[in-house]
Amino acid sequence: MSQTKSLNVDYNYTVVRLFAVTTVMWGIVGMGLGVLLAAQLYWPALNFDTAWFTYSRLRPLHTNAVIFAFGTSALFATSYYVVQRTCQVRLFAEKLAMFTFIGWQAVIIAAIITLPQGIGNSSKEYAELEWPIDILIAVVWISYAVVFFGTLVKRNTSHIYVANWFYGGFIITVAALHIVNSMAVPVSFTKSYSVYAGAVDAMVQWWYGHNAVGFLLTAGFLGMMYYFVPKQAGRPVYSYRLSVVHFWALIALYIWAGSHHLHYTALPDWTQSVGMVMSVILFVPSWGGMINGIMTLSGAWHKLKTDPILRFLIVSLSFYGMSTFEGPMMAIKSVNALSHYTDWTVGHVHSGALGWVAMVSIGAIYHLIPNIYNQGRMYSIKLINTHFWLHTIGVVLYIVAMWISGIMQGMMWRAVNTDGTLTYSFVQSLEASYPFYLMRFIGGCFVVTGMLVMAYNVVKTIRAKDGALEPVAEAA
Amino acid sequence: MSSFWSYWIAILSIGCIVFCTVILTWNLKNHVGVKEGEATGHEFDGIEEINNPLPKWWTYMFYATIVWSVYYFAAYPGLGNYKGFLNWTSSNQGIKNLAESKAAVEQNKLDGKNVQLDREYDAANETYAKEFAKYTSRDILDLAYDTNALKVGQRLFLQNCAQCHGSDARGQRGFPNLTDDDWLYGGTPDKIKETLLYGRKAAMPAWGEALGEQGVKEMTAYVLSLSGRKVNDKDAAAGKMKFGMCAACHGADGKGSLAHNLPFGAPNLTDNTWLYGGSHGAVEETLNKGRNGQMPAFKEILGEDKIHIISAYVYRLSRPEESSK
Repeated sequence: MSQTKSLNVDYNYTVVRLFAVTTVMWGIVGMGLGVLLAAQLYWPALNFDTAWFTYSRLRPLHTNAVIFAFGTSALFATSYYVVQRTCQVRLFAEKLAMFTFIGWQAVIIAAIITLPQGIGNSSKEYAELEWPIDILIAVVWISYAVVFFGTLVKRNTSHIYVANWFYGGFIITVAALHIVNSMAVPVSFTKSYSVYAGAVDAMVQWWYGHNAVGFLLTAGFLGMMYYFVPKQAGRPVYSYRLSVVHFWALIALYIWAGSHHLHYTALPDWTQSVGMVMSVILFVPSWGGMINGIMTLSGAWHKLKTDPILRFLIVSLSFYGMSTFEGPMMAIKSVNALSHYTDWTVGHVHSGALGWVAMVSIGAIYHLIPNIYNQGRMYSIKLINTHFWLHTIGVVLYIVAMWISGIMQGMMWRAVNTDGTLTYSFVQSLEASYPFYLMRFIGGCFVVTGMLVMAYNVVKTIRAKDGALEPVAEAA
Repeated sequence: MSSFWSYWIAILSIGCIVFCTVILTWNLKNHVGVKEGEATGHEFDGIEEINNPLPKWWTYMFYATIVWSVYYFAAYPGLGNYKGFLNWTSSNQGIKNLAESKAAVEQNKLDGKNVQLDREYDAANETYAKEFAKYTSRDILDLAYDTNALKVGQRLFLQNCAQCHGSDARGQRGFPNLTDDDWLYGGTPDKIKETLLYGRKAAMPAWGEALGEQGVKEMTAYVLSLSGRKVNDKDAAAGKMKFGMCAACHGADGKGSLAHNLPFGAPNLTDNTWLYGGSHGAVEETLNKGRNGQMPAFKEILGEDKIHIISAYVYRLSRPEESSK
């Protein structure tokens, strides 16, 4: 375990601590909701005929909780940590940083209150929150940008580290995406209508929706990867030039890719083509990040045997590589014709969200918690290992279930009899998917159990006496 | 789109790909200022970066996707108004009705345009049309007792009719049950086919204003009494006095238009089959607000061959036990 003492700079860890702890907490809430929804799909009676407890109301809460409460808290925590340490300077505008914490938690709580009541714009996936909350998000996000870029400006290093390019790109783009897509005409405090109409509205929504994936869930977490992988491995970054090329190509291409969510719709042909072409090229720069992360480990592969934190980080990169290969393939129109509207999409999202985003965040949090709470290591390395296996088994169960179920649905929907009529009704394809919904539920239970183990470990580490947990001796 | 937006899209799309190509090619050579394989000399919180070259296989892959993107943009619509050398489109856009659609399909054939939807229709017709055409020369009554024809009919029914009439064909509120041998427009093979080909429109006028609250109450009582329900006799008698206005469609005896060989689709009020519900409240609502029933015309959508087979299937639905005509 590499624990570098801060270089005579007194960093602000207060906000980092708060966001790190809420990351774990919201992780349990968001993933727990996911397990509940998986259970409702298998045992519909679990709705209890209660409107706010139904799948339709809780599903947006689940997605918002994992993306914006869990994932984004992890990004806040790590970006504030990384930007200070790699710039060797205390946070800029510390009170504003504290405001971003309070404001962001207010957004999450507002989501928990409104979404189950059916308040929100349900036609915009991942952007369901109503306009007053949208305004609060915009204010918090701009404050975040001020704190982050202000810290970069007053840095004590000559260059800006690659992790901060990715964090910076993510912060700027998410602001633009959120503000443009959320433009709406309010009719009351709890109801508004999008200013866009028809196919334009759909295109703006998926420009937002896909770049929420591209800039929040990819670029942001690549920033995280670029700090925590070399730090945990104690190795230099493999290729500076690769990071330059894949950063610029990634952010130039990603912004175009959204229209692949609207293949074979009323969107004009040219828009569909552009989205598909850019998505396919995007595969290569996406892999640039994976190569750079994994090759950083060269000369230190043996550490994977003893260090479960490093294992979390490296396996996250494997899932990242897999889903950034799968994504461009699914963006090709003829593949999309099979995969779209099936569980394959759900599986793809979760191999990204649980495999890449969650695992890199968990690894980063395990690295960061001892450092910000003045300990040499986490309370129990064994429990980190337990968490690693619970999580990995859970994710594999989940995505394998959704692959089988999704491809099967696609095949059943397109199967025709000798007279050209459809072979299967929709209900028959649902019946065929049924066992895989149980498998998905079991996978989810593994993941949430792992998160509970993590919470215990984190609490024990925080509560330990100052400096009581000695660092593990570095293996030769 | 206007030529401004067309250029805007084309220039930005090409510009993005050119940008990627340039940054990739520029970094093939070492411009970092230190030898390859050495650290760049910057250090961030203990992290160093090595000036390693780009992996070769990765570089080749990058160029391959770029070359492919150039081909795709040349071949397909993508760069603004440019149509692509394959002359391909997914479908005819801006079509407002069936006549325009048919005209566009013909025009595309003359122009040699590669319209995917048209081609898929043609391909499907070529493969499957003969499967339906082979039944067309046979009588509907004959097909209604042919197991293979019924199988095809059922599939067509499930794909095109079940949305309203249900997969068991027993209908739902506002959509007739097809299994009970109770017909609005006639249950002979010809009449069923006519319904399917040209559709039906039924309109029960709203009588609320004309009858008034008391009048509706009395008419409801009379209508319910026709099917033998227990009602307030005084109300029913008063309703009967005004039934003349209903008789034009439902017949003086209330047995419906079909019993009198009339084409209105006015239901028989003396049985216990109710299209919009037979409760006191539902009948009152029907009288107050009227009803509009619509069966779409399927002639242009499915074609006569398929309708011929569906007619046989529907005819047989209300005769499940008979094994021959």
